[in-house]
Amino acid sequence: MSFSINDPEMLREIIIDNYQNPRNFEDVKDPRYITIHMDSASCIDDIYIHLLVEKDIITDCKWHGKGCAISTASTSIMTDMIKGKSKKEALQMMDEFNKMLNGQPYDENLLGNAICFMNVNRQPSRITCANISWRGLKEALDEEEKKSYDKR
Amino acid sequence: MIDINKIRKDFPMYRNDGKFENLPLHYLDNAATTFKPYSVINEIDHYYKDICANAHRGDYSLAHAVDLAFEGARNRIAEFINADPDEVCFTSGDSMGMNEVAYGLLPLLKAGDEIVLSFAEHASNVLPWFKVAKLTGAVIKYVPLTKEGRVTDENLKSVLSKKTKIVSLASVTNVLGYLLPVKELVSLAHSVGALYVADAAQSIGHQKTDVKDLDVDLLCFSGHKMLGPTGIGVLYGKREILEKMDPIFSGGEMNARFNSLEEVSLQKAPLKFEAGTQDIAGAMGLAKACDYLTSVGFDNIEEHERMLKKEAVKGLMDNGNAVIYNPDSEAGIITFNIKKVFAQDAASYLASKGVFVRSGQHCAKILPEFLKTEATVRASLYFYNDEDDIKALVEACKHAEDFLDVFFN
Repeated sequence: MSFSINDPEMLREIIIDNYQNPRNFEDVKDPRYITIHMDSASCIDDIYIHLLVEKDIITDCKWHGKGCAISTASTSIMTDMIKGKSKKEALQMMDEFNKMLNGQPYDENLLGNAICFMNVNRQPSRITCANISWRGLKEALDEEEKKSYDKR
Repeated sequence: MIDINKIRKDFPMYRNDGKFENLPLHYLDNAATTFKPYSVINEIDHYYKDICANAHRGDYSLAHAVDLAFEGARNRIAEFINADPDEVCFTSGDSMGMNEVAYGLLPLLKAGDEIVLSFAEHASNVLPWFKVAKLTGAVIKYVPLTKEGRVTDENLKSVLSKKTKIVSLASVTNVLGYLLPVKELVSLAHSVGALYVADAAQSIGHQKTDVKDLDVDLLCFSGHKMLGPTGIGVLYGKREILEKMDPIFSGGEMNARFNSLEEVSLQKAPLKFEAGTQDIAGAMGLAKACDYLTSVGFDNIEEHERMLKKEAVKGLMDNGNAVIYNPDSEAGIITFNIKKVFAQDAASYLASKGVFVRSGQHCAKILPEFLKTEATVRASLYFYNDEDDIKALVEACKHAEDFLDVFFN
């Protein structure tokens, strides 16, 4: 999808679409996947992220759970973005995304649809909604690192 | 009658023309904590500025002044709930009090004994009992709620038996705001020989509490939900029950003497439950909160909250897009959802209009099973709220479907 960050209606539509029709929404029991559970005492978000890493590439990413519009849409968008990317590329995206949320200069070319959260820090309490899945991704990749290290 | 303009002058949170970060301040999260009047804040200052010494420890006049202030605070709080001062133990808040109660009663429990709770309880009246049940083999039973979410004497009766040793219930539930018929429930509990524990966190600041009239055995509350400082609370217990309970914390001041043979003799209650230096300033501030509430009067407070709640319920119903879970509950708590809007999205949108409410499960994590919803929005009132606060709530809720506007306009 092509869009302009100067088109707020388009950005809003991306959030609503991903909230109402979350992508890659599936509970995975396959033991090859790394599953990370992200929940929070302060809000309702209760999200499972399932990551399949093969030879350094994230070949699949699914998720399921419950959350607000921001966390749901952000998780949906992330799962689409990181599929097929190397671990390093995914972490780069995460860094740029976090920079955007923290109000620092960022490379929008790496962020794709996730750019729709550019103003989420207008409500600082929503930053944790927008990055819950990215925090989960970091945990999953750390876990994967440990797992592949243990195998060696 | 409550004179809002006069009252708000007593609360520094309203001093900036009633604004917070350039938005009109509509604080409707009073079930979480309340604002503090100057009299409470000044009293805390008074301790640190004028009489800063430890309590119960010194032989000098300054220490004596602290003892008078600290024990004076205990006396005032005892009077406020119609207890004797030696039945009032200071805690850090309701959660600590409920833990002191649950673990303190541990020696009285054995496998197969029953502890009765309800599905509407806050974590602080659930989790300590889970632990104690695990340690003793006691069993947790739940009072079934009525269709609307109430605990009634009929329903309590249905779970009581000879095995019931403890009934522990919030006097006002923190999500739905139903007022329990505490006096009747206590007498039912006593009829099977059980102790009655009242979690008064949500009731203490909103209606008169008379422990003698209610005949509760133990009762806990926090200071900060009744205009007092954070970090101070009270565990009330009948003297003979406090004597039987073990303190969780050991340390300075709670013992009378001990020796190298590990023989310890404890102080009598309340000091037995007050190991270490207490929150002296907090206790003094809490006593001032008792003064303030008494001067406003609980009749006025209840009437005002009821009036505002009625307006809020009517306004939300008229909007047509709200589901209200407790339109008829007595306390000033309105728990609702806006159709098709997740609770946190709604609460964040309201916040952008200066309407501060809570979203989520409100620490009552068993309740959603009953309400059949993941999360709710909760607006909770106090006597310094006014009709403008309600209008702002209702108006913002009307447009809550536009919650993404905040990020794009």
